[in-house]
Amino acid sequence: MNYLIGAFKPSCNISITFADGKSRKQVPIKKENGQTVMVPLFQSQENISGKISIEPLQGKKVEHNGVKIELLGQIEMYFDRGNFYDFTSLVRELDVPGEIYERKTFPFEFSTVEMPYETYNGVNVRLRYVLKVTISRGYGGSIVEYQDFVVRNYTPPPEINNSIKMEVGIEDCLHIEFEYNKSKYHLKDVIIGKIYFLLVRIKIKNMDLEIRRRESTGSGANTHVETETLAKFELMDGAPVRGESIPIRLFLSPYELTPTHRNINNKFSVKYYLNLVLVDEEDRRYFKQQEITVYRLPETS
Amino acid sequence: MISNIAEDEDKWLAEGIAGIQHNAFYMHRSLDSNNLREALKYSAQMLSELRTSRLSPHKYYELYMRAFDELRKLEIFFKDESKHGCSIIDLYELVQHAGNILPRLYLLCTVGSVYIKSKEAPAKDVLKDLVEMCRGVQHPIRGLFLRSYLSQVSRDKLPDIGSDYEGDADTVMDAVEFVLQNFTEMNKLWVRMQHQGPGRAKEKQEKERSELRDLVGKNLHVLSQIEGIDLEMYKDTVLPRVLEQVVNCKDELAQYYLMDCIIQVFPDEYHLQTLETLLGACPQLQPTVDIKTVLSQLMERLSNYAASSAEVLPDFLQVEAFAKLSSAIGKVIEAQVDMPVVGAITLYVSLLTFTLRVHPDRLDYVDQVLGACVKKLCGKPKLEDSKATKQIVALLSAPLEKYNDIVTALTLSNYPRVMDHLDNGTNKIMAMVIIQSIMKNSTCISTADKVEALFELIKGLIKDLDGFPVDELDEEDFKDEQNSVARLIHMFYNDDPEEMLKIICTVKKHIMTGGSRRLPFTVPPLIFSALRLVRRLQGQEGDVVGEEEPATPKKIFQLLNQAANDCDLEPVAYEFFTQAFILYEEEIADSKAQVTAIHLIIGTLQRMNVFGVENRDTLTHKATGYSAKLLKKPDQCRAVYACSHLFWVDDQDGIKDGERVMLCLKRALRIANAAQQMATVARGSSGPVTLFVEILNKYIYFFEKGNSQVTSSAIQGLIELITSEMQSESTTPDPSSDAFFASTMRYIQFQKQKGGAMGEKYDSIKA
Repeated sequence: MNYLIGAFKPSCNISITFADGKSRKQVPIKKENGQTVMVPLFQSQENISGKISIEPLQGKKVEHNGVKIELLGQIEMYFDRGNFYDFTSLVRELDVPGEIYERKTFPFEFSTVEMPYETYNGVNVRLRYVLKVTISRGYGGSIVEYQDFVVRNYTPPPEINNSIKMEVGIEDCLHIEFEYNKSKYHLKDVIIGKIYFLLVRIKIKNMDLEIRRRESTGSGANTHVETETLAKFELMDGAPVRGESIPIRLFLSPYELTPTHRNINNKFSVKYYLNLVLVDEEDRRYFKQQEITVYRLPETS
Repeated sequence: MISNIAEDEDKWLAEGIAGIQHNAFYMHRSLDSNNLREALKYSAQMLSELRTSRLSPHKYYELYMRAFDELRKLEIFFKDESKHGCSIIDLYELVQHAGNILPRLYLLCTVGSVYIKSKEAPAKDVLKDLVEMCRGVQHPIRGLFLRSYLSQVSRDKLPDIGSDYEGDADTVMDAVEFVLQNFTEMNKLWVRMQHQGPGRAKEKQEKERSELRDLVGKNLHVLSQIEGIDLEMYKDTVLPRVLEQVVNCKDELAQYYLMDCIIQVFPDEYHLQTLETLLGACPQLQPTVDIKTVLSQLMERLSNYAASSAEVLPDFLQVEAFAKLSSAIGKVIEAQVDMPVVGAITLYVSLLTFTLRVHPDRLDYVDQVLGACVKKLCGKPKLEDSKATKQIVALLSAPLEKYNDIVTALTLSNYPRVMDHLDNGTNKIMAMVIIQSIMKNSTCISTADKVEALFELIKGLIKDLDGFPVDELDEEDFKDEQNSVARLIHMFYNDDPEEMLKIICTVKKHIMTGGSRRLPFTVPPLIFSALRLVRRLQGQEGDVVGEEEPATPKKIFQLLNQAANDCDLEPVAYEFFTQAFILYEEEIADSKAQVTAIHLIIGTLQRMNVFGVENRDTLTHKATGYSAKLLKKPDQCRAVYACSHLFWVDDQDGIKDGERVMLCLKRALRIANAAQQMATVARGSSGPVTLFVEILNKYIYFFEKGNSQVTSSAIQGLIELITSEMQSESTTPDPSSDAFFASTMRYIQFQKQKGGAMGEKYDSIKA
């Protein structure tokens, strides 16, 4: 048995370690098989450096046509699974063709890497960054090892951040005015606002504020849009009367938001909307959707 | 159907309680294992049970109380940071992540109270945030309970003066602001309840709303307990704000309850100083609000306050409490057109009570109140509404009770005018009340004017009133009433006999109108009263001087006898005549007085019809005897011919004894003759023929009345006698008696010419 297993096993172990692996922040990501693993976190323009160590199995040698490490930024559409579109690809040759008899380490470094897009795991698309080590062999295929890492890019608070204020209604039925204090929110932000009832002729049962994510993939005729409701937050219980104003205070931190992504490499966009929904006693829904921009604020700690 | 609903409700409640218990169990487990996240999760689930719309307020309260108890445990957990390892500020944010608003806000309030206690943020900021966030619950019942929870957890954490949570400046104001806002919102929700659920019966809704009113009222209670609210602040902020809400909510139930609450929870002293503001709100309330009860309560409280210590009385004067209350009541009555009369009167009763207690010395106020009441009542038919009449009775009784003295009431000009508006039955009851008051206090009514006024008040007892069916009277009641009147008569007394006589006359005047059913009750006391006066007069014999005095007893007897006559009391009447004669013999010495007295006796006796033949004979005989014994002849003559009437009562079944009439007349003639002779002897000239002419007139009277003993020849003889007397030389011509005779003759002539039966009768007389 051991023999058989050994036949299919790669003849060596490849491990990738980051230079600052101990101190670097680790974040969880979900792998394809559903497991969550912790991976290091980077941002654009950072140096990505570390060591690759290749250790042949006991008493074996690895013959190769060269060892290289690639840093890839890939976009994968789920309708086209397995087919990656690399928007970033950097290569470092680590070794000339030869044989490895014992454990051998290669340092590597990609300095000030341009990684404009953030790691993203959506419904129909994902964007990932990966380090790929390839031991090329003439026969039996190459030995490949991947190491995922996450990229998050931070934006400073926008200089212009207007509130969203709007009066909407159905004639002679319902008139409301609502206000959200900003149009751009960071991920741990709080939405503050209020809804002012100017006219209420319908029996409202409750009012919710929803955060919706709209992910559109593809382009042109192949555009595919997927909308998810990430948060459903009850703002009001019962029927208000004219003149009532209902406060809004919605903390964004409990929800798994990402920054807004607009036209990532012509492949996909991710946008966020606040959807104000009023439900009447006959369960009819009246709603008004407003786009908000979500950005990632540099973490202070 | 209804029982089905009730059953369903019980089922739903049981489900709700089960849900709470279930989640509370897991919550406890998480609390024990210091698992904050789980604790929050289960507590939110537990609180979700309160989101039900299916329970009535009563059942919902039961559910709420269960959750409330569990939240206490959660609060203790929140307090102990070492257990959950989360700073209170983070915790305050954390609970706001809950997706459903109701659990979220309950948790927020719970954490908020811990937050205030930790003093990591100023109490006012937390409170402000909480009360603001609670706006999210607009469902009336859920909102009310949520806000009541907020009120409950915050009441010991208000930034009041001297409390642990006192802030820097205007700290009390923050506390007040918080409570006021919560109050306002709760009231709005409460008022809105009536618009919920169209299928529900209004009555049921009202009931449900009443069940919740204390939740709203509690806020006022909290306000009243804030130490820092001084009069100034109450006047400038608290009261106006509360009233604004009360007035603006335009809801009958709420307005009534809240006004009552305001009056009950805040100190009297404040009410007194803000009377104008408070009263100013009253006319602005909905017309259907039961303001009378509210105002009554207020006045009741104020009068109790006034009664509590004499030191506060100057304040009442200073703020012109009476004037303000009075005008407010006027305005309220004006504003509430539909207010039933009973309401208005109740208000006046309260005002009166207030006045009597606060300003017992101001009779003019009392009269003013009564006057206002009259104004309200005038132009309306007599009251039929039993409640209204009851109130009027209360209104009228109040001064009596207060002053213990009807005499005071009698000076109130509006008093009888109010009484006039009572229906007859109630009028009697009121009259009874008055009498009882007099009895109880042994009030002495000492002038005829007062007696007059009093009888005006109790006239319902004294006589049959118009349009009142007599046969409906309850015999028992009637007896009671009349006995009371009888007792009342004994209460009239004056030391001055003159005045006492006037009193008795007044009483007589009134009770004589009572009819035969009443007299047996009312006359005896009058008689006894009169007798008492007589005895008193006897007692002071020597002092009696002047001409009028001796006549007094006579007059009394006259009226007594008439009274006795009217009530068919023969023995009594006889006794009085006997008394009268005794009095006449023993007391009346002056001849002129005797003349007056004997004429009175004769006049009275003539009109008596109760006596049997024997008694009558005795009395007439006596009267005639006394007549003939008068000092002067002319007086004798006149008395005797007057006595003739005693035998001829021109009534259907009156006595008609022609013979004895004639005897009297002849006797008078004899006396006249004697007088004539005496005059001739004394002065050389005979006296006037006046006496003869007078007797002639009596003859003619009886002749016309058909007395067969009086014949035309007797008249003829008398005429001739007079003519000859007049022509005799010794006679001094007297123009007045000549004229008298001439007109008598003219009368005879006239009768003759008139013809008919009477003319024939006169035919034989030659003039």
